Amino acid sequence: MASTTATRQREAVDPSVRCGQWLNAWAPWIVILGLGGWAAVARTDQFVVGIIIGTLYALAAVGLTMIYGITNVPHFAHGDSMMMAAYLAFLVFAGAVLGAGDGDAVLPINVAMLPGATERIWEFSFGYGLILALVIGVLLMIPVYLAIDRVVYQRLARMGAGTAILAVASLGVAITIRGAMLMVWGPTSRRYTTGIRDTIQIPGLPRIVADQFFILVVAIGLTVAAYVVLYRTTLGTTMRAAADNPDLARASGIDTAVTRRWTWIIGGGLTAVAGILLALQSQLTPELGFVLLLPIFAAMILGGIGNPFGAFLGGLIVGVVGEVSVSLGIISPGYKTGVAFVVLIVVILFRPRGLFGAKA
Amino acid sequence: MSPPPPPVLSVSGLTSGYGEVPVVRDISIEVGASEIVTIIGPNGAGKSTVLKAIFGLLRTWDGQVQLDGTSITGLPPERLVRQGIGYVPQTENIFSSLTIRENLAIGGFTRATGLAERIDWVFALFPVLAERPNERASRLSGGQRQTLAIGRALMLEPRLLMLDEPSASLSPIMLQTVFENVVEINRRGTAILMVEQNARQALSISHRGYVLANGINRLTGPAADLLASDEVRRLYLGE
Ligand SMILES: Nc1ncnc2c1ncn2[C@@H]1O[C@H](COP(=O)(O)OP(=O)(O)OP(=O)(O)O)[C@@H](O)[C@H]1O
Ligand SMILES: [Mg+2]
Repeated sequence: MASTTATRQREAVDPSVRCGQWLNAWAPWIVILGLGGWAAVARTDQFVVGIIIGTLYALAAVGLTMIYGITNVPHFAHGDSMMMAAYLAFLVFAGAVLGAGDGDAVLPINVAMLPGATERIWEFSFGYGLILALVIGVLLMIPVYLAIDRVVYQRLARMGAGTAILAVASLGVAITIRGAMLMVWGPTSRRYTTGIRDTIQIPGLPRIVADQFFILVVAIGLTVAAYVVLYRTTLGTTMRAAADNPDLARASGIDTAVTRRWTWIIGGGLTAVAGILLALQSQLTPELGFVLLLPIFAAMILGGIGNPFGAFLGGLIVGVVGEVSVSLGIISPGYKTGVAFVVLIVVILFRPRGLFGAKA
Repeated sequence: MSPPPPPVLSVSGLTSGYGEVPVVRDISIEVGASEIVTIIGPNGAGKSTVLKAIFGLLRTWDGQVQLDGTSITGLPPERLVRQGIGYVPQTENIFSSLTIRENLAIGGFTRATGLAERIDWVFALFPVLAERPNERASRLSGGQRQTLAIGRALMLEPRLLMLDEPSASLSPIMLQTVFENVVEINRRGTAILMVEQNARQALSISHRGYVLANGINRLTGPAADLLASDEVRRLYLGE
């Protein structure tokens, strides 16, 4: 008798429990779509700029969340490595490095020398040479990631280093990378291209710089590609398995050293592209990397560590919130990235594992 | 007269542990083909440590481990699964952020062929998993998780399946189901080495048993004898 009553009571509570679960699952979406929709209508210009910046944060945050999720390295060198990739692409493109006196020393071989390499494509400010430099820059950056992982992070991990030690080590890597960039390219800012930046009109949208359209398309395309790799291929499944439960992954015959390498190749590759696109959108300075770190970490944590989809959305949110809140006059532009932290704190108060935290 | 076949698993003089201190010392265990063998013992006796050492998750400090008469001492887990050992850890034994089907696919990750067929084989053995193959494993109940964990370990058609407390924290009904599954898996030709807290039920489906206390082998014998032994009843079956 007693047990039947207990069962009935549980059934009686059930609908409200289910309602709570439903709210819990959908509340982030309701808030995001509500506020995002409002921003898109009432602050269209800033919303669009925010989305463009946001896709870059998103791309880098997807890389970061993969790296952190699978290798357990809270990669504080992320922003500086983005800049490093941008400078490598710059080197490939213009061949310029810091000279002895005034001005640059220019390497005799560079992509911009190729015939027609700087002739503008469509309305873009650049020609095929920059796209080539982007690809080569990423291909050069990937071995750098792999070398850093092998020399620093893997060695520390083998010695039993925890997250805190890896974090400090990655901070050291960040400072090293920044120092190297300062030595080779100097502190002054540089640009891939100088001429006028044409704007384009896409129906239903405000005018945007054509280069930004390129950025948007590449960033979204690569994020979709990363998603397909992670969720539709065996390699991706093994990567997610290794992130979820490394011991069990090994017990299933997965060589976690291989998954780790692929994580740096794919996650690092995305990050490198993000860095180069960001430099195309603004400029190259060694200092930019550290500034980037804040919004990118915010994006990753917002989305739930180890969740690429969440990191992507987190990047968009951070981008839009920054731009829109400046336009509302709430804050001065200098504090743009600070707003991301306010959002982050609010979200974490309600959802300690982020909007789409993987682990319950 | 041909000599008797070597046992599937033969452990002799195994010593292992964490850090500097040995946790288990001079352990010897045999599991014959088609046998179910259970290790019982109090909390902290070192039961999980023995399985981890056999499976290469801990370094073997001393002793020998053989699979079908060939030495596997010191081989890492990723090699041992390919050689025919399946292992289900005591905790965190599924990939909770992956779907049921993905969990099984990872279990069969190293298969050259027949992955889909083997997944269907597991689904046929455990129909409860086939009901919602694309459900995230984190949404499963305790019993379903344990079933999935065992299913994952069966994906490579192991000759030896090692289970660390498969019935822990399950309801009596689910516990019954898990033990029935173990018997069924064994009937289909897989030798079983299992660690159990529910000593009586576990021994009642086992052929032989080992009693571990303070890191050493206290007793060993046919399961029925252990169940009947005064010492075992008093110390480990709570009578
Ligand atoms: N990762 C570890 N690091 C250090 N010591 C450990 C570790 N895991 C277990 N131990 C110690 O080793 C001893 C044996 O642990 P083990 O997990 O093998 O026991 P068990 O028989 O499986 O117990 P239980 O019934 O609780 O699962 C215990 O004293 C425990 O404190
Ligand atoms: Mg144990």
